[in-house]
Amino acid sequence: MSTIIETVGLTRRFTVREGLRRRVLTAVDELSVRIEPGEAVGYIGANGAGKSTTIKMLTGILVPTSGTVTTCGLRPVADRRRIARQVGVVFGQRSQLWWDLPLRESFRILAAIHALPGDVERARTAELVERLDMAEFLTVPVRQLSLGQRMRAEIAAALLHAPRLIILDEPTIGLDVLSKQRLREFLVEQRRSHGTTLLLTTHDMGDVERLCDRVLVIDHGRLVYDGDLAGLARASGAERVLAVVLAEPTPDLTDIPGARHLASEIRGLRQRLAFDAQASTAAQVFAAVAQRAEVLDFTVEEPDIEDVVRRIYARGPQYHL
Amino acid sequence: MVEVPAGKDIWRWGGEAHLPVRGDLRARLRPYRVVLASRARSQTAYRANFALDLVSSLLAAVVELAEIWVLFHAVTRLGGLEFQQMLLVFGLADLAFSLADLTFGHCDELSDYLRAGTLDVFYLRPQPLLLQLVTCDISLRRLARASVGVGALGAGLAVNDIAWGASSVALVVVALVSGVAMFAALFVWAAGAQFFLIDGAEMTNAVTYGGRYAATQPASVWSRPVRAVFGFAVPMAFTGFLPTLRLLGLPGPAWFPTWLGWCGPLAALWVWGMALLSWRWGVRHYRSGGG
Repeated sequence: MSTIIETVGLTRRFTVREGLRRRVLTAVDELSVRIEPGEAVGYIGANGAGKSTTIKMLTGILVPTSGTVTTCGLRPVADRRRIARQVGVVFGQRSQLWWDLPLRESFRILAAIHALPGDVERARTAELVERLDMAEFLTVPVRQLSLGQRMRAEIAAALLHAPRLIILDEPTIGLDVLSKQRLREFLVEQRRSHGTTLLLTTHDMGDVERLCDRVLVIDHGRLVYDGDLAGLARASGAERVLAVVLAEPTPDLTDIPGARHLASEIRGLRQRLAFDAQASTAAQVFAAVAQRAEVLDFTVEEPDIEDVVRRIYARGPQYHL
Repeated sequence: MVEVPAGKDIWRWGGEAHLPVRGDLRARLRPYRVVLASRARSQTAYRANFALDLVSSLLAAVVELAEIWVLFHAVTRLGGLEFQQMLLVFGLADLAFSLADLTFGHCDELSDYLRAGTLDVFYLRPQPLLLQLVTCDISLRRLARASVGVGALGAGLAVNDIAWGASSVALVVVALVSGVAMFAALFVWAAGAQFFLIDGAEMTNAVTYGGRYAATQPASVWSRPVRAVFGFAVPMAFTGFLPTLRLLGLPGPAWFPTWLGWCGPLAALWVWGMALLSWRWGVRHYRSGGG
């Protein structure tokens, strides 16, 4: 199958009026990305980095200032209606559902909007209700749903017409841990069973870790990273942490080569050492520690992704891959 | 695991085989019909509430009609028309407005839709944006208002001395249909304008509701600038006043010869032209400006 999303030099500028002065703001700057069918891509960046603008250009809501974009092989602005049949979008802050109607009605209306035949509609609705565990609130008006229930319903609404591309803008915002977990499991399963392509913007790094095998980081409209999550940690120079539990109280291990002592607890029985993921391996640091003290137990902590993104940002917008 | 029935595999993406064929109008209109039916159901679900809505809508319309009646206690003629003739003007114009308001009235709340992101959601659905906007709501309570229009029109037709024949029946129908079309176009025009105007509802109300008010007045009392605006630019005189002149065979004031009474369809085309231009500009502005 052909490429699902392809952008070449995609750029979007806005003219912002500040009193009498006009300022040109570049929301998306020369973005060139290819996403293949079946990929799961995390699209991350700070507020205002250009994520929503990109999504709006992918779905034909916004016209690019320059560059090209194709979604499902179609041009978003000219072929908006055909794209709408193949793409499902959840905007975290805008609802697809009818607030004053029971949830079931919203699904029925959306099925009509997408012209799903009756038997397909029934089967697909049943599948989504079962997988997203919505049976108990199908007859409740949407405005009375809890946030977690509503988000599940929004996702079902976007997936009802079996889109080949799902774009989720902040899908787990405001959800509790259990709801997040359920939702992620569902998305993983949809991807596996239907080969759906997933593009996800999020602030929640757990989403990226659990759902995505590729990460795009955008900063000030520019793509600053494109690769897998582990590579992102390496590229940013973020540190991994070796936490050891020692057999007896030990002075702070400040002289391990390639590692930095972070903290000690219980008179040095527990110590934490940070090391650069590119310069040293966990095994090297562990070996050096084992020479000084008897180690009872240890864990290796991977870098916090928020920290990784912060580090990438700290290099400034001029940083290129 | 629930299986999607074989042979209707919606997972064969891009395949539009399940879509209705071009000629099948009934199937193609189904999305709009389902949405409208659901709106109607939700409005009538709470009977007491709906009854209250109807009553308040009815009262508002009755008060407007009463204004004219009160006015005719002070004068015997207004712009050359007597009360029973004014009933016709009011009946035609107000019924046309009510029917347009019933089906298109929510379009001039576009700024609310923009704020709530509803328009972005329309972009994600495979129907034309304007059709989605028009069919996304319907205000059944305005049926009460329309009933006052029907009453006034019926009374006007009964009490006036009309030479009934095929042409006078046709004139009433043409006037009503083009009147509804004109007011509907005004609402669409207002929607387009609100892409540009912040808090635009107040400004566009001057045209939509101002237009409705003008339409229920005899154009003969208007000053020249008002005649230019509501006679021709936003041709409200074509909804009630001019067809009434034609129907009763009355002479028209300056600028308004009696035969113009038949020209409602032209006026409607003109207003729809402006409405669609306004909508196009608005959408282009939105697409290039962002919400």
